[in-house]
Amino acid sequence: MVMRAETTAARAGSKGPGRLTPSPAVTAGLQAVRAQPMPSRDELKLVVEGVVASLSGDLTAADLRLYTELEALARFIQAAKSEIAAVHPDTMRREDIPRAADELDAVVGATEDATNRIMDTCEQLQTLAGGLDGPIREQIEEACTTIFEACNFQDVTGQRISKVVRTLKHIESRIEMMLEAFGEEVARLQAEPPPPPPAPVGDAALLNGPQMPASAKGQAEIDAIFASFG
Amino acid sequence: MVTVDKNMPILIVDDYKTMLRIIRNLLKQLGFDNVDEASDGSSALQRLRDKSYGLVISDWNMEPMTGLQLLKEVRADAKLKLIPFIMVTAESKTENVIAAKEAGVTNYIVKPFNAETLKQKMVAVFGNF
Repeated sequence: MVMRAETTAARAGSKGPGRLTPSPAVTAGLQAVRAQPMPSRDELKLVVEGVVASLSGDLTAADLRLYTELEALARFIQAAKSEIAAVHPDTMRREDIPRAADELDAVVGATEDATNRIMDTCEQLQTLAGGLDGPIREQIEEACTTIFEACNFQDVTGQRISKVVRTLKHIESRIEMMLEAFGEEVARLQAEPPPPPPAPVGDAALLNGPQMPASAKGQAEIDAIFASFG
Repeated sequence: MVTVDKNMPILIVDDYKTMLRIIRNLLKQLGFDNVDEASDGSSALQRLRDKSYGLVISDWNMEPMTGLQLLKEVRADAKLKLIPFIMVTAESKTENVIAAKEAGVTNYIVKPFNAETLKQKMVAVFGNF
């Protein structure tokens, strides 16, 4: 019995990852062995040797290990794509990150505004203190100096928040690159909108935090709503 | 003892208006009232070329011209190179201080700072006042 399994990694690849397809000669040999109620040891040995000989000729043990590793890597990448899709990176890039950056910008704006108002008041106090004499005037001026010193926080925190915003924008751009790299596959996997977060119940449903200035209601609007209850 | 002219013009440079205001007020507490402001390195350089100043107090992190670039420009200008230059910045890494020193900074204050620190650095530059 002549066995020549012309099995190669290339041909196996063409049949799909992880599957080695025996040649017609090997298939015929196997069928001949199966057809016998009890194949002889020599016949079995010939079939096995034929397969092994073909493997050693066309596919080395190192090739097989490499092929196995590549297959495992492919499975890992596929799983990673599914996990990436599950976190809805596109939604994160389009909505979550810009919203977080806007919130941080609002923090900077609000603290800057408050700091300026504090300093306005301090300057008024200094002006008033100018009309006084003695230790009271000195005490007021010292207190104002301490307040001005404390206002340093706005500059430093503003710079820290700017760093965070830059980091968010970097993450955003990396997500964009990742989406471009994985392309349609991730888009297809994340075609369904992300599941909404569990809806808060009871008092927790009322904890929305401060609104962005553009959407926040002013006191006049609140008064109007309040008055509408009669 | 060296007598400091408390009426000498001082240029403060920072892109945060709030910070300019803080420094101006702290200088006022120290008795220095003649203070001009610039919001970036380029406009500061122009002011320095238009008017004689006794001291520059500058932030580092500004655009388009940083405080370090401003310092280098000042030190490279024959008419400006002797002006005392104090860097006031949140940049506190060793390499920042070294770079500023190598560029010719006169003193270096890390934010946040207080009036006492500002006074100490000015005393280090001008002597007691």
